[in-house]
Amino acid sequence: MTVTEKDDHNLKQNKEKKSEHGLQFSRGNQVKWLSFPYLIWMIGFILIPLIMIVYYGLTNGENSFTTANISIIADPINRDALLLALELSIVSTIICLILAYPLAIILNNTKLKSNSFIVLIIILPMWMNFLLRTIAWQNILERTGVLNTILEFLHLPTLNIINTPAAIVLGMVYNFLPFMVLPIYNVLIKIDKDVVNAARDLGANTGQTFRKIILPLSLPGVVSGITMVFVPSLTTFVISTILGGSKIVLIGNVIEQQFRLGNWNTGSGLSLVLMVFILFSMAVISKYDKEGEGSNVW
Amino acid sequence: MIKVTLEVITKEIRRVANPLNNKEKNEMKKILFYLTLFTIAFGLMTGCSKDTGNKVYVYNWGEYIDPDVLDSFEEETGIEVVYDEFEQNEEMYPKIKAGAVQYDVVCPSDYMIQKMSDEGLLAEINYDNVPNIKNIDPAYLESSKSFDPENKYSVPYCWGTLGILYNKTMVDGPIDSWGAIFDDKYTGNILMIDSVRDAFGIALSYLGYDLNSTDESQLEEAKELLKQQYPLVQAYVVDQVRDKMIGGEAAIGVIYSGEAIFTQRENPDLEYVVPNEGSNVWIDGWVIPKNCRNKENAEAFINYMCDAKIALKNFEYITYSTPNAAARDMITDEDIKNSKVAFPEQSVLDRCRTYRYLGEDMEALYINKWNEVKSN
Amino acid sequence: MVKKFFSRCYIGIILLFLYAPIAILIVLSFNASKSRAKWGGFTLKWYQELFHNEDIMAALSTTLIIAITSALIATLLGTAAAIAMNSMKKTPRTILLAITNIPMLNADIVTGISLMLIFVALNFTLGFTSVLLAHITFNIPYVILSVMPKLKQLNAHTFEAAQDLGASPVYAFFKVILPDIFPGVLSGFFLAFTMSLDDFVITHFTKGPEINTLSTKIYTEVRKGIKPEIYALSTLMFVTVLLLLIFINRRKADKNTLIRKV
Repeated sequence: MTVTEKDDHNLKQNKEKKSEHGLQFSRGNQVKWLSFPYLIWMIGFILIPLIMIVYYGLTNGENSFTTANISIIADPINRDALLLALELSIVSTIICLILAYPLAIILNNTKLKSNSFIVLIIILPMWMNFLLRTIAWQNILERTGVLNTILEFLHLPTLNIINTPAAIVLGMVYNFLPFMVLPIYNVLIKIDKDVVNAARDLGANTGQTFRKIILPLSLPGVVSGITMVFVPSLTTFVISTILGGSKIVLIGNVIEQQFRLGNWNTGSGLSLVLMVFILFSMAVISKYDKEGEGSNVW
Repeated sequence: MIKVTLEVITKEIRRVANPLNNKEKNEMKKILFYLTLFTIAFGLMTGCSKDTGNKVYVYNWGEYIDPDVLDSFEEETGIEVVYDEFEQNEEMYPKIKAGAVQYDVVCPSDYMIQKMSDEGLLAEINYDNVPNIKNIDPAYLESSKSFDPENKYSVPYCWGTLGILYNKTMVDGPIDSWGAIFDDKYTGNILMIDSVRDAFGIALSYLGYDLNSTDESQLEEAKELLKQQYPLVQAYVVDQVRDKMIGGEAAIGVIYSGEAIFTQRENPDLEYVVPNEGSNVWIDGWVIPKNCRNKENAEAFINYMCDAKIALKNFEYITYSTPNAAARDMITDEDIKNSKVAFPEQSVLDRCRTYRYLGEDMEALYINKWNEVKSN
Repeated sequence: MVKKFFSRCYIGIILLFLYAPIAILIVLSFNASKSRAKWGGFTLKWYQELFHNEDIMAALSTTLIIAITSALIATLLGTAAAIAMNSMKKTPRTILLAITNIPMLNADIVTGISLMLIFVALNFTLGFTSVLLAHITFNIPYVILSVMPKLKQLNAHTFEAAQDLGASPVYAFFKVILPDIFPGVLSGFFLAFTMSLDDFVITHFTKGPEINTLSTKIYTEVRKGIKPEIYALSTLMFVTVLLLLIFINRRKADKNTLIRKV
């Protein structure tokens, strides 16, 4: 850059610093009006519905205040459903992490040409309908399903996985694995190769490079992945219905059943507990993600 | 967190949408435009085929009507049928009560009809619009009086028993007791019914109690029995039991008598039995909720269902016992006409009881205990 | 060398894991027997029955219409909102962004239930419209999050420059701002479309009896026992998506070769 260009550049930078983000419509608070449709929508369809859940959760059928719907989480049935869901979702998340991280590293190290293609191949099952993916596993795991047919053919003992928690974990891992791979992969490819090379030059071996450089830098992606797997698997009722044969009752099933049977108060109370739970877990998890929502998508 | 999916899709979009020049940009916009137009056109074409205003909203059990009957009803009357299904009475009831969806004609079971009429949810049927009621065997109208004292609110549709369906080749010998479904030699091979009253009805009957029991200690005993059964059960199912038994995926299933005939046709190894300890005999009937929108269409629909030929057609498709005497006379297949499954002997019926509505508190107790069974 | 072998193996196993179920669905769609594991001979009849199945076809069209419409409306509302939020002061913007994130943070079961409650409270009959409104609601946040970063990157001065040169604000918007944020708008649209297509839980709670999307239709079918037409449907869907992704990949490859030639 020439001297004058540099001046212009600095001037621009200063101006931009003042305006703090890209586009300021200095001429027109008219722009604010653009947000009105969304504001109304937001209040009507996001805030008020939430208030309704709080309302139903804290009242009983006669519209008087009660905490019964919240404390009902302590009922053995509900408590066990929540604990089981917690256990299964944590197990699934860990399995996803263990499977996904090496995969992301391998993908990161492959040559550029086939790079995007492989990513697409990993994502492709994600684009299949969620229910169909789960049904596919039902077919495999059924007593007279594909897996057992193959095992019988090989004269091996048949496995009775369907309708057990193991099947649910399988279903969760299968459905959510791409959601764990992608964030980690995306963060890994952003790690500057020069940094890794510099570490090598300074004498670090593979293990040290991984522990000291790659792992900490990949943490935001890991956190992203964990969130995207943990929350849906904690609250699912579809997977437990299709792969659990109505034997496995998770907190999602309990809430769905309450609403199906018309017990909106109990259902809302349990939903409130679930919401608080999720918020709490995410607050804990996001302590590890210092970047937060601010990082650029582009 | 979503930024992840965003990033990947964004990258792909960027590659496609950041074209080299304006010409390509316009091309992209054109493609998008036509794609959208095409999708909407396709959607409208396939979606808006029947758009008459004249409708009837029907809420019925799953696999409980011949789809051809719905089509012929639409053709003959010009009334469009909007058909929805439920699996349990307890799931149908809150929907009618809340009124979030207004159904015109619903098919609850006996005790549920009693509950709904007690709570004033049902409209009186205008029998001037249902002349075909004459086809219904008066015996069933008489037994309906136990839950619909003046036959004001319901018209019988199907009736039947609850029993065991078993695969002859997969069990030790003929089964005649509820004990079989609690027997651990059939572990993993038992399909239990996923319905609270039926599950408890079975357990109470097996223990020698009344299946309308309100005695908490008896219910607790029944619950314990069901809990012991939990590890033996392959799955808790309602409609799925049919295909699973036909496919030989389980040895024993709890099933309604109507399903039994259908499954026996598809798989001759299957046998149906109403166990010795006693069981449930039920009647399902058409009712019209008070908050319905098309009452006359509802009555036309009920009338159509009572037509002898239609009732016969339905019977042959769903194989549930029909209370329609005229239809029964028209059955040509002697086997079915005299089938012990479809039309059991009096001795069998004597050991069967109808469910009664037990009141809100008792209902809640039943459901609570049922949840405890599954929560192990 | 050993490392490469293990890497290849690992990817292979993962791919097997991901695609085995889908492959089985595809194979079963051609199975003449309804059984899950016994092969009964090759047939195309399930595909025929699929197209004659009015319910499934209706569900398919409903799914597409709702996906496109809700994505479009969400894009409009979301883009407008993003632009407005961008020029707000920090505090209101942070609050709005936090509330925007709520549908995404919440489990979809909670979102679905809350929407059902408000529809019932307003005596609004559940049906097509309620599903559409619900879909728009959960789509808007995705659009906003797609457009906002692009807005941040915009040069503040081009807009002002355009107005200085005599353009009205509206004209300047369409000619200057929109083209620059278009990729963000576009990806927001596609993201919304995708989320809407695959949604089950929220639709499950907000639909009326006459409405079924593919997901809800499949769910009711599973409860009764799988019809093989569903396998045919899943095969067709898989092939469609596969072709789409190959197509996108090809375009990118073409563009790359074009760059190299130039």
